[in-house]
Amino acid sequence: MLSTVLTAVPADSDWINFDVNALAQNFWSATFDGLTFGAIYALVALGYTLVYGVLNLINFAHSEVFIMGCYGVFFTLSFLGFGPSAPNLSFGQILINIILALIAAILAAAATAFLVERLAYRPLRKRNAPRLVYLITAIGASFVIQYLIFLWRGPLPEPALTMFIPTPIFEVFGTIIDSQQIIIVVAAVIMMVIVDQFIRRSRTGRGIRAVAQDPDTATLMGVNKEKIIVTTFIIGGILAGAAALFYVMKIPSGVQYNGGFILGIKAFAAAVLGGIGNVRGALLGGLLLGLIGNYGQILLGSSQWTDVVAFVVLVLVLLIRPEGILGTSLGRSKA
Amino acid sequence: MSTTDGPTPMPGAKAAQAAANRQAAEKNPSTSADAAHKTGWFGRWNEKWQAMPRQKQWLYLIAIVAVAYLLPILNPPILSTEPGNDFPLALFSMAVYALVAVGLNIVIGYAGLLDLGYIAFFAVGSYTAAMLTSPDSPFIKVPYLWTLPLAIVVAMCIGVILGIPTLRLRGDYLAIVTLGFGEIIRILATLIPAMKGQVGFQNVGRPPGMGEDGIPVFANSNGTPWYWLTLTILIIVLLLAGNLERSRVGRSWIAIREDEDAAETMGVPTFKYKVWAFALGAGVGGMSGALFAGQVGFVNNQKFDVVTSILFVAAVVLGGVGNKVGAVFGGALVAYIPLRFTAIAEYKYLIFGLALMLIMIYRSKGLIPARNRLLAYGQEAYARVRNGPPKKPAVATEKEV
Amino acid sequence: MGAHSESVPVSENAGGESPIELIEPMEVTEAVADAAAPEREIDVAVGDDLVEVKNLTVKFGGLVALDNVSFTIKRGEILGLIGPNGAGKTTCFNAMTGVYKPTSGQVLLEGGLLNGMKQHKITRAGLARTFQNIRLFGEMTALENVAVGLDARHKTSVVGALLRLPRHKAEERSAIERGMALLEFVGIAEHAGSLARNLSYGSQRRLEIARALATDPKLLCLDEPAAGFNPAEKEDLMALIRTIRNDGYTVLLIEHDMKLVMGVTDRIVVLEFGKKIADDVPSVIREDPKVVSAYLGEPEDDFA
Repeated sequence: MLSTVLTAVPADSDWINFDVNALAQNFWSATFDGLTFGAIYALVALGYTLVYGVLNLINFAHSEVFIMGCYGVFFTLSFLGFGPSAPNLSFGQILINIILALIAAILAAAATAFLVERLAYRPLRKRNAPRLVYLITAIGASFVIQYLIFLWRGPLPEPALTMFIPTPIFEVFGTIIDSQQIIIVVAAVIMMVIVDQFIRRSRTGRGIRAVAQDPDTATLMGVNKEKIIVTTFIIGGILAGAAALFYVMKIPSGVQYNGGFILGIKAFAAAVLGGIGNVRGALLGGLLLGLIGNYGQILLGSSQWTDVVAFVVLVLVLLIRPEGILGTSLGRSKA
Repeated sequence: MSTTDGPTPMPGAKAAQAAANRQAAEKNPSTSADAAHKTGWFGRWNEKWQAMPRQKQWLYLIAIVAVAYLLPILNPPILSTEPGNDFPLALFSMAVYALVAVGLNIVIGYAGLLDLGYIAFFAVGSYTAAMLTSPDSPFIKVPYLWTLPLAIVVAMCIGVILGIPTLRLRGDYLAIVTLGFGEIIRILATLIPAMKGQVGFQNVGRPPGMGEDGIPVFANSNGTPWYWLTLTILIIVLLLAGNLERSRVGRSWIAIREDEDAAETMGVPTFKYKVWAFALGAGVGGMSGALFAGQVGFVNNQKFDVVTSILFVAAVVLGGVGNKVGAVFGGALVAYIPLRFTAIAEYKYLIFGLALMLIMIYRSKGLIPARNRLLAYGQEAYARVRNGPPKKPAVATEKEV
Repeated sequence: MGAHSESVPVSENAGGESPIELIEPMEVTEAVADAAAPEREIDVAVGDDLVEVKNLTVKFGGLVALDNVSFTIKRGEILGLIGPNGAGKTTCFNAMTGVYKPTSGQVLLEGGLLNGMKQHKITRAGLARTFQNIRLFGEMTALENVAVGLDARHKTSVVGALLRLPRHKAEERSAIERGMALLEFVGIAEHAGSLARNLSYGSQRRLEIARALATDPKLLCLDEPAAGFNPAEKEDLMALIRTIRNDGYTVLLIEHDMKLVMGVTDRIVVLEFGKKIADDVPSVIREDPKVVSAYLGEPEDDFA
C-alpha cells in the first residue's frame, strides 16, 4: 500500500528520511524504552490471545477493556490528589498508591470484560451465531463503550497525572535505566509468568486448554465451558488492567475515550507476531513490536511512524508467517 | 475424527452420532418457520413483491426512481431536514452513504468478509479526485469526471494489495487489518508531504456546466445536481450488483459466506472470489469518495475518521446483511437520522453502535430481511416447479415432508 | 464385478412391519449423464484404472493415520472403502480430495497427479465428494446449491457476469435446465425452490449427491451417505447409487453399514489401523477372516 503512495511523491521531498545516525546514537535508549512499551503491548496482547485461544474469536472490545482500566487508574489517582507534577512521597507511599491504582484498574477492566462477555457474546453463543455476527457484535460493543466514555468525559484527553519521577537506577551502554522502566518490565514479565504457569498447571488452566483444544469434548468430560470462558475474559481483563496502570505511568496524558484503539491494534499485531493463541508468543511478540516500533520511530523521524510500522509488521507477518513466530495454539501447550 | 477415535470399535457410537446429526438437521425447519412469522411488515412487502409479475415490478420501480429524482424539488415537509440542514445536500449525503453501503455490502453481505476500514478506500478515492483536480496539487490535472473511474481503479488496486496477504487467512484477520488500515491512511496523509496533511486540497474539480447566472451547475452548495449524479451512479451500481448476484459470481460469494470449505470442495476458487469481492467493494468505495470530494470541494486528513467506517458497517447491518436494497435503505438512514434529528446528532455513534449490537443479537437479518436470488432465470424455474406437478412420483423419503 | 446384483439383504428387514410405505424403486427415465454432462462423452468402458492411490501415508504429529495404503479404482465400478472406527477411511478420503496434505505417497487421476493441487482444482480435475456431516449452503435454495456445483464447469468471468454477456446468459439457462434435471434425478425436484436448510434430512443427503454430481465428476466420492437413514431410505439410496454407476460414473463409497456396502459395491477395500488389510469382491470380503476379526464386536447393522 505504501508503494502506490510512494510513486505519487515528488522526488525532492524528504518526508521519509532514514536517519541511521540518529538510530545509532539512541540505539540503547530506544531499546530499553521499546522493551517497556513492549511489556505493555504484551499484557494487552495476552488478553487477545487467551480469548482467541478459547473462543477462536478476536475480542474487538478488548481495547475498551484496556481503556476502562486506564480510567480506573485516572480516577484513583485524582481521588488520591495527584496532579501534573509528581508529589514528594516516600517509596512506601508511592508503592501503596500504585497498588491502589492497580486494584482499581484491574477491577474496572475485569468488570468491563465480564460485562462484554455477558451482554454481547453469551447471547450469541446460546444461539450458535455465525462468526461474522460475533465480529460485528464485538465491534458494536467496542463502539458503544467508546462513545459512552465520550459522552461522559468529552473528546479531550484527561489531564496528565504523574505518579512519581523516574529515578535513574543504573547505567548500561552509556544509557540510564530508570525505576519506571524496571517496574514496568519486571512487573509485566512476572505477571505473564504467573499466567503462563496458571494455564499450564492449575485446574482452571487445564480447563482453559481443554476448551481451547475441543470445546465439545471438554464439555463432555465435565469441564464447565461457560465458566471457563468467563474466567478467560476476566484474566484478560486483569492483565489489561495492569497494562493500563503501566500505560498511564508511561504516558500520563494518554487517557482518552479512543485511546485504546491504536494500542489495541498494536497489541493484536503483537499477538499475531508471536503466534496468536500462544501465551509465550504474546510476550515475545509484544517485546519485539515495542522494539520495532521504537527503532522505526527514530529511524523515520516521527512518533506517528510507530503506528504505521506496527501495521506494516502485522501485514508482513500475515503474509510470510501467519501462524506467528512461536505458532502453537493455546490448546496444544503441554504442562 | 477417525484419527482421534482410537482403534477400539465402539458399537453404536456412529449410530448415535448419525442420529444426532439427523436431529440437528431436522431441527432447523421449525426454527426457520418461526423466523418466517417474525419477518414483520418488511417481510410481507417482500413476499408481495416476489409474487408480482415482472412488468408490475418494473412499473413500481420506475415510479420509485422517479420520486427519488424529484425529492429535492418536492422537499416534502415530513422528510425535509430543513431548516437545520439543506435538504438537497442531505439527499446527496444520503445517496453517497447508500452507495458506500451497497459497495460494502458486496464485501460483508455477499462474501461475508468483515471490512472495518472501508473509509480507507473512500479516502483513497477522495485523494485521487483531489490530487488530480485541485490547483493545490503538483500533479497533472484531469477533468473531474475522469477521476471517478480513476478512483475506482486506484482503490481496487489498493484493495487487491491489502487483500492478498489477508484473504488467505481467516476472516477475523481481515477485520483487524482493515481496521488498522483505516487508521493508518489518516496518519499517512499527515506524514506524507504530498498529501498535505491538515492543509489539504482546496477547489477540488467538479463536472462541467455553467448556469445562466455564471455559477457552476455543480457548485459546492448546490446539492441537487450532485444528488442526481450520485443517484444515477447508485442505480447503475445497483443494476450491476444485481447482475453479479444472479450469476456464478454471486453464488460463489454466498457459498463462501455459508461454508467456505464446502465451497472450495465444490470447485469454487474461494481465494479468487474473495479478492474480487474485496476489490469490487473497494472500487465502489473509491468512487463514492471521489463524489464526496467533488461536492465538498476540499479534502484533508481530518475527513476520514475510522469511526465513520463503523457507521458504514452499521448501514449495511441495519438494512440487512447481504441485501442490496437494505443497504441503500440502511445507508440513507445512517446519513439521514443525524441530519433530520439534529438534537440527537451528537449521539449518533452511540445510537448506531447500539444498533449494531442489538440487531446482531436479536435480529441478525437486519430491518429488511431478504434472500439473495442467485440464478438469472431462477424465478421461471421455480414457477415451473410450483405450477406443474412433478413428473415423477416422489420417493419414500419425501413422504414426511 | 457383478457380485452386487444378487444380494440385497436389507429388503427382508425393511418389508412388512416397516412404518414407511415403500414406493416402487425409482425409475429414472432421464439419464443422469445427460443432465450433469451433456457435452461430455462418459466413458463407460469398465476396467481400466481411473484413480490410483499409491503408498499413501498421512501422519498427524506422531500419529500415523494412514500407513502406506495403495489401491486402484477402476472406471465404472462402485468401490467400497470400509473399516472399523478410526481405521483411516475418512483420512484416506480427505487426503485424496486435498483436505489433508499426504505425508507421502501419490494420488493419480487418469495418470495425473492430484497431490498438492488446490481443492477446487481437484474438483475440476474430476473428483467430487459429499460430506459425512451434511454441508450444504443453508441460505441457498436446492437449485442454487446444485448451480454452485455446475459452476465448476462454467467459464463466465466476473466481467461477463457484470455485463450479462451472451456466454453468461447461456450458462445461466443451462444451469437451470441441468440443475433441475439433477434434482429430478435424485428425486427432490419439487423442492428446487426451498432453502437447503429447510429440507428434510433425507432430501439434504440427496441434494449433496446432486451437488457433487453437478461438478461433472469422473469419480464421485460418497462419505457415509446413508448415515442416519432408516432401512427404507437406505434401500432407495442403494438404488440411486447403482443408477449413478450405471450411467457411467465411478463411485467411491465410504460406508459403515455392512449390508449396504455388501449390497451395492463391486469391490471393497478394507482398512484397519490405517493399513489396507483386504481388497476384493464383496463375497470374498465377507468370508475373509481378517476382515471378520477386524469387525468382531461390531454388529453388522447397528442402525436398524
